[in-house]
Amino acid sequence: MTQVTFTLNSETVSLETTLSRRLLDVLREDLGLTGTKEGCGEGECGACQVYLDGALVNSCMVPMANVMGREVVTIEGFSQTADYAKIESAYMEEGAVQCGYCIPGMVMATGALLKTNPHPTLSEIKDGLSGNICRCTGYQTIFKAVQRAATEEVDE
Amino acid sequence: MKITDVVHRVDTQEKIKGTAQYIEDIHFEGLHYARTLRSTIARGRILSVTYPEGYPSITVVDARDSIARNEVSMITADMPIFARDEVHYIGEPIALVVGRDKDEIIAFMKEIDVVYEPMTPLFTCDDNEANVFTRRHYSKGDLASLEGCEVFEAHYKTPYQEQLYMEKQGIVALVAGETVEIYGSMQCPYYVVNALKNALGYPEEKIRVVQTVTGGAFGGKEDYPSIMACQTALAALKIGAPVQLVYDRREDIQFTTKRHPAFITVTSYTREGHVEGMKIAVKIDAGPYLGLSDVVLQRAILTMTGAYQIPHLEVAGTVYKTNNIFNGAFRGFGGPQSLFALETHMSRLAKRLGKDPLTFREEHFVHQGELTSTGGRFHEAIHLEEMSRMLKEMSGYPELDTEGHGRLVGHGVAVVPHGGGFTGDGEAEHIKAVVKLRKDTEQFIHILVSNVEMGQGALTALSKIVASALDVPLERIVYNNPDTRVVPDSGPTAASRTTMVVGRLLYNAALKMKEALQEQEEVVVTEHYRQPDYLEWDQEQLKGNAYLSYSWAALLARVEVDPVTYEVTCTDLYGVYDVGMPIDEKMLLGQVHGGVVQGLGYGMMEYMDSKDGLIQHNSFSSYAVPTTMDIPQIHTRWLINPYIEGPFGAKAAGELTLVGVAPAIATAVADALDREISEIPVLPENLLKVVTS
Ligand code: FES
Ligand code: FES
Repeated sequence: MTQVTFTLNSETVSLETTLSRRLLDVLREDLGLTGTKEGCGEGECGACQVYLDGALVNSCMVPMANVMGREVVTIEGFSQTADYAKIESAYMEEGAVQCGYCIPGMVMATGALLKTNPHPTLSEIKDGLSGNICRCTGYQTIFKAVQRAATEEVDE
Repeated sequence: MKITDVVHRVDTQEKIKGTAQYIEDIHFEGLHYARTLRSTIARGRILSVTYPEGYPSITVVDARDSIARNEVSMITADMPIFARDEVHYIGEPIALVVGRDKDEIIAFMKEIDVVYEPMTPLFTCDDNEANVFTRRHYSKGDLASLEGCEVFEAHYKTPYQEQLYMEKQGIVALVAGETVEIYGSMQCPYYVVNALKNALGYPEEKIRVVQTVTGGAFGGKEDYPSIMACQTALAALKIGAPVQLVYDRREDIQFTTKRHPAFITVTSYTREGHVEGMKIAVKIDAGPYLGLSDVVLQRAILTMTGAYQIPHLEVAGTVYKTNNIFNGAFRGFGGPQSLFALETHMSRLAKRLGKDPLTFREEHFVHQGELTSTGGRFHEAIHLEEMSRMLKEMSGYPELDTEGHGRLVGHGVAVVPHGGGFTGDGEAEHIKAVVKLRKDTEQFIHILVSNVEMGQGALTALSKIVASALDVPLERIVYNNPDTRVVPDSGPTAASRTTMVVGRLLYNAALKMKEALQEQEEVVVTEHYRQPDYLEWDQEQLKGNAYLSYSWAALLARVEVDPVTYEVTCTDLYGVYDVGMPIDEKMLLGQVHGGVVQGLGYGMMEYMDSKDGLIQHNSFSSYAVPTTMDIPQIHTRWLINPYIEGPFGAKAAGELTLVGVAPAIATAVADALDREISEIPVLPENLLKVVTS
């Protein structure tokens, strides 16, 4: 067991854990932040995405050793921001949510995409969300939601 | 409100925020975790199971802990909760290992020693009667009387398909006083109740099943949760604490039910360019237990003539027993296999006859008033010609875009039905749905049904139906996740029946409640399912109206094939859908997009095979489902055709959207390559074989 200190959703946390544990498990099990989901557990679906020092990562692939002293933002933290509010209303407006299991990860990916590219084209959106699997929606409404969040209007 | 009002789905915001509580997110005091000890061989006797010493906090739960019956009751009860003396497939559960510490459970499991005496397994469909579960047959006209026909026989093969719901299977069982309680991700809470009644010998009052927010299911959570509920209930009773069983992804992919692989032979008898007869044999591999397979087979064979009137017909189906993984429900439920074979065959015939594939189909379309393949009557209006016209109009047919910039371009069509609700007299004889509406003293209206929201939009659709029928705001409707202590059995969330059948019952209940709406006190209205009396069904002979009503889809796919690598891209998918009255277009579009993309996966990407009884594609990386990069332009139109028995005219929609996509894409690829295709998915390696053969 090692003492690991990092910033989580703007607050400093410090906890005892093994360095090989996955960030995903520490978030969900030790810290009760269950908005981050496990879809595949091997870096292929994006359901577990969070920001690590501002970059989008799959938290199932991040050992706690890599988290020490760094800054983690989860959907619980991101959902407090103005950027999030725009994304949320776009997803609602477009009916982009079905079972919802992929959605927190999808929202994190959307946030990351719009931060670096505030006005993405459709193919840039596809590219930006290509690490996120959704088995329900066929992605169409999600593309529209991202466009709406970016421009407040949608190409029909 | 009015049914046409555009609303936000009612469950959306908490799902976006990540605050919706799926089973693995819920905190239970004193929760124990379980993992499954599984057979490592496909068939054999268990000679001994030796568990390690020195783990005081670990508990093993196995067949010795069985209470009333070591059986999981579905339609039959041929599957044990835990294998006792014999195992019949790789991955068959032998025991649960239960503890508080996940690492300790894994350490314990590594030391378990199971000794088997292997027996000879069977991995292929074998016609020896001992290896056959069921055979079904029906016929029409007199195939033998046909003379002077051109006979064309072809074989079709479809693979496994994994549901790959994003939330894995998960159940928590606990004991509260005298009652066993089950919480979890599921489609059919009363299936779980019935399985527990049988396994535990408890009366219904001592069993409570609560559905938790469900992260996708697609049929995969129709039967399987019953198994996990029986296992965890025994564990919770043994240790007296809540027990959580959540599969990891590889386990879920390898060992839970999938779409049945199918082998279909179609022999057509054609005269003067018209199909006079068909002889069809459908074979599906159930795995070692029957489960839902006989019901899947029935839908497969009853869907076999699709949208066409075939005068002379013989259809036979067989469910085989093997030592492969056991299969179950998946959106379409036998339909995707049949319709792949039929629609591919129709396109091949058209080509052989030198006819346009859509015109050739039109010449065989069924019509209102005609007899169905099983001798029932098509009672409702059918507008297939109009759908075909709309499809042509929206796609520019037959002036299609053939510019592929160096890639081969092809187009394929499919015109398909989906029968809504349970097959035959299933709704009237087996399900006997009951729904309730309750108005409380605060004037909130509670929808009391056992049908679940699993992503498809049931929550919003049913709430809208009730709010519109009563003309009250949507906010006055309360529809919680079903808790069998509170809701009656309105049947499973399956067979695209929720809106059409359960929605109609709720609509009827709402009309009855309308007069009482002004009253202060509580009002409860109960409504029972009654089959429309113009429908008849003989389950022994498979004669009569096989379905309550039919929904229809006419599809056209445009593909591009790389002439060097044979990689396929589907660029456009045009679809015209008759789902009766589209009562919530936004939600229906979600169903269309999702169904199209799952069908696209089935037709061109998702390959899963089993070797010596073990599924080889067991992860997101080896089993590739469509990502954002694989999505065609999806063009959608509705053929408005209100269904008189449906709520506000609605018919079945959820499965229809998937069933015709694979043949549309496969025949488009055949068109691009100018070859015949008889197997999906159309992966480059398979196409290479087609081209070089
Ligand atoms: S759970 Fe981490 S990428 Fe799938
Ligand atoms: S909404 Fe179900 S997986 Fe995306």
